Amino acid sequence: MGGVQAIERQGFASGGVAGGAILSSNGGVTRENPTLSEAYDLQTLMASIAVDRDREAFAALFAVLAPRIKAYLRRLGAGDEAAEDLVQDVMLTVWRRAVQFDPAKASASTWIFTIARNRRIDVLRKERRPEIDPDDPALVIDAPPAADDVLEAADMGERLHTAMKDLPEGQLSLLKLAYFEDLSHSQIAERMDLPLGTVKSRLRLATARLKSVLESIA
Amino acid sequence: MTGPLHHPGEDLLLEYASGAMAEPLALLVATHLTLCPACRAEADRLEALGGAMLQDIGAEPVSSGLLDRVLDCLDDAGPDAEAAVARETRPVATGAPFLVPAPLHPYLGDGFGKLPWRTMMGLKEVELLKDRPGFTTRLMRITPGAVMPRHTHEGAEMTLVLSGGFTDRGNHFVRGDVAIAGPSDDHQPVADSDGECVCLAVTSAPLRLTGPIGRYLNPFIRI
Repeated sequence: MGGVQAIERQGFASGGVAGGAILSSNGGVTRENPTLSEAYDLQTLMASIAVDRDREAFAALFAVLAPRIKAYLRRLGAGDEAAEDLVQDVMLTVWRRAVQFDPAKASASTWIFTIARNRRIDVLRKERRPEIDPDDPALVIDAPPAADDVLEAADMGERLHTAMKDLPEGQLSLLKLAYFEDLSHSQIAERMDLPLGTVKSRLRLATARLKSVLESIA
Repeated sequence: MTGPLHHPGEDLLLEYASGAMAEPLALLVATHLTLCPACRAEADRLEALGGAMLQDIGAEPVSSGLLDRVLDCLDDAGPDAEAAVARETRPVATGAPFLVPAPLHPYLGDGFGKLPWRTMMGLKEVELLKDRPGFTTRLMRITPGAVMPRHTHEGAEMTLVLSGGFTDRGNHFVRGDVAIAGPSDDHQPVADSDGECVCLAVTSAPLRLTGPIGRYLNPFIRI
């Protein structure tokens, strides 16, 4: 690890404004699990990176997310070295595109998840990732919801995160296979020796429960 | 509610959001998402789920020099450099007689009209993504009013309407709608008579009867 030491080597004081919440409280960089306030911390760090080009905030973000991005890529089959090369690639992409991060649309961890997912498809699977373009003139746009109905993306992230812990293990394990193992529903059925219908219904139950959490305020 | 009535279904959206989906199907889904605000909102929620899962994944330590390596690279690119490049290289003139959703742009080569269209009975078609085992990806221009030959598929077929419309098995499909036909569905689509119908179709290749599309036989889901 050594995020804090590295920052100091780079000439930064540790525990600065943006990074302080994560780096100085309960050991930050070696912490195994995020606290409930982490989504807000990540959002603050992203703002510092986008607006101030704050390298210390970037290092703090790296300390929290790089080990998770690496775990994500390793679970998807990347070797240790390939995973670290891609972590570097993903984190540089985060730095370069920071101004495009919109906290009203996605939480920081969601935004970074999509970058890691797409860079893996580009680099490791060597395929193009078709994505919508938010500036596309062809984009069909619904009437925007009333301001009162809009749940802050960071709030949504927190709610999801909490609700996920309450999912039955049988549902959560299938979700992990769907997101972290590059498996289609029928491959999951094979792997778990479950009927395809069971896999589909469990995944639908899980996503329905999580989505109800997101929609409960609207 | 603005947008299409016929959707790919939640199973497909989950595989798109998780990143497990192969490029031909992902192309069809991303193109549908451009035209369907309801499915786009659904895909956003499934991505938020991915973000929450990433927060919860057991961390794996990175090597001690990695942060320094990344910090050393930070000055190489300004904040806007990549976005600016992406904007410049984005093809704009597609030469198509309808507004082509952006996900399709990279697949059109020198333009819609210059693709190597093959003329068949009642339609012209061109194959995209030729080198993908397990899938056949085609753009089709169907003559107004044309009745397609009655057919079944060895695999399954998903058809996204880009322009015009057609009727199949009692359902009418227009721009943005996705029609899903299973391996055993014997069907005979009929194009609307008031203009050319342009579709993107992804078929699982012969000999893959339980192939990648066959799993999603859940047609006409309404969100």
